Amino acid sequence: MSKRIDVDDLNVYYSDFLAVEGVSMNIEPKAITALIGPSGCGKSTFLRTLNRMHEVIPGARVTGKATLDGEDLYGPQVDPVAVRRHIGMVFQRPNPFPTMSIADNVLAGVRLNSKRLSKSQAEETVETSLRGANLWNEVKDRLDRPGSSLSGGQQQRLCIARAIAVKPDVLLMDEPCSALDPISTLAIEDLMHELKSDYTIVIVTHNMQQAARVSDRTAFFNIAGTGKPGKLIEMDDTTVMFSSPREKATEDYISGRFG
Amino acid sequence: MAATTPLEPSLAAPSGLLASRPRLPRWAVPSTIGFSFALSAVVLFLADSLTIPAVVALTVVLYAVAISVWSLRVEGTRYAADRTATTVVTAAFGIALIPLISLLWTVLQNGARVINFTFLNTNMVGVYGEMTEGGIYHAIWGTILITLAATAISVPIGILTAIYLVEYGRGALARGVTFFVDVMTGIPSIVAGLFAFSLFTLLFGPAFRAGIMGATALAVLMTPVVIRSVEEMLRLVPNELREASYALGVSKARTIFKVVLRTAIGGIVTGVMLAIARVIGETAPLLLTVGLAADMNWDLFEGRMATLPVFAYRQYQQGGIGVDRAWGAALTLIAIVMLLNIIARLIAKYYAPKASR
Repeated sequence: MSKRIDVDDLNVYYSDFLAVEGVSMNIEPKAITALIGPSGCGKSTFLRTLNRMHEVIPGARVTGKATLDGEDLYGPQVDPVAVRRHIGMVFQRPNPFPTMSIADNVLAGVRLNSKRLSKSQAEETVETSLRGANLWNEVKDRLDRPGSSLSGGQQQRLCIARAIAVKPDVLLMDEPCSALDPISTLAIEDLMHELKSDYTIVIVTHNMQQAARVSDRTAFFNIAGTGKPGKLIEMDDTTVMFSSPREKATEDYISGRFG
Repeated sequence: MAATTPLEPSLAAPSGLLASRPRLPRWAVPSTIGFSFALSAVVLFLADSLTIPAVVALTVVLYAVAISVWSLRVEGTRYAADRTATTVVTAAFGIALIPLISLLWTVLQNGARVINFTFLNTNMVGVYGEMTEGGIYHAIWGTILITLAATAISVPIGILTAIYLVEYGRGALARGVTFFVDVMTGIPSIVAGLFAFSLFTLLFGPAFRAGIMGATALAVLMTPVVIRSVEEMLRLVPNELREASYALGVSKARTIFKVVLRTAIGGIVTGVMLAIARVIGETAPLLLTVGLAADMNWDLFEGRMATLPVFAYRQYQQGGIGVDRAWGAALTLIAIVMLLNIIARLIAKYYAPKASR
């Protein structure tokens, strides 16, 4: 299930503006990789290039190489829709489909791709996905209620259930806890620990403690100034990054001395 | 007391700080209205021009002045301005309602006398002179058929154009489409009628008459309205839902049809119904293209058809008993529009995103 991503000298442009420059990193399978850095340093932009979600924005393009288990994500034969089927994404704000029930939200990825499901298959997918997202016990009695009837933290776990229902290889999370309270955040972090045994997870976070708590590897992005491109400063095991980083900038950022 | 709840004295001490000037009592508004009404009734009676509209108008003016002055004296400028604004806004609302209620009342009064089962269920074959027989069965169905055909033409074009403008359109082509949609919104209905007339004359020769001609003219009027309202609705769908769908590996086309349109369907239905209501009462283009018939014509592609607006127009022109039939047709038309509105609301409510709690 889980696959590795290797990125080599990746540049991201918005039209002519170079947003992220020269990123090379290896994202290990069955591990959590955290991307940290100040606002505007391009870590979310970089995350989106991993499943080609940046292409939704007109003018966004990429140079360089990114591979999923050796297969080029940007190859001429590669359909971005297929890429996204293998690399799922969870967003900053929980975004369940407002017209669908909890169960339909979980099945959305399968149903919208017009795969036919028998009733028992559908029920099984709903249960395993919701169990996988630690939400089953809370919602099993009200699967036909609208997804928006849940609390923010539950909605976010519903979105995770929806993402894993299509059985991706990699799960990208763009600040999944920044709109949630500490208890919901804890629930999601616990969930990430469990998901890590099946999926490759990449998470963007502004919360350094969160990066230290959940991730195995940490990458620090920084930006020299407004209008300059964001760069990957360094990447290492999380314990190394938070105890003895090689770069001064990393140490300053992690310890709160920067800017 | 002060020892157990130490906060209270400190809050209570500057008692004058938050206190404001006295307010008008609760009975101030009704009593002022009553007083103004009584005064204007007396004044107008003495002036020997006691009519209901005059009394109402004078009451409103007197009330506005009295409550403002009283409030200014007691409550100060801010509350006085508030009361004046409230009075003006309420009066404006009342004035806006006058033509609407008056129209509904007149149509109901004149139309209800004529409408009965026979009137709704017969056509005008063999009815002439001052015969009281005859009805609008053929015109009701003519209106429904032609409007349905117009809807069938304009709704797909409208929705697809709106999808293009919102989801795909960039640059000169999108700007051009938007511009021409705006221009089309302002086309006078008679021009749409002439367009359909000349189009079908060119295609099928000068004597050709069919319901589809009228439907084409109405579709020309309807399409820009549909495009505009659907466009607004699609723009209201949050981008996050599109992204959520893309991130699940769903193609753009499926995202548009199964997520975006599905989320906006309530608003789209309402917009389409409003567009129908806009064209269902059109007279000029139908008069020009489909004309009028005495009998029911079920074939949209051959021969003249009766429609309610044209029927009403011709009957009113004829005078006598025809005037009553015209009122009946007008009332039926209003009833159909209201029925459509209710259906639209039910559909919109059924499809609306479920309430968040």
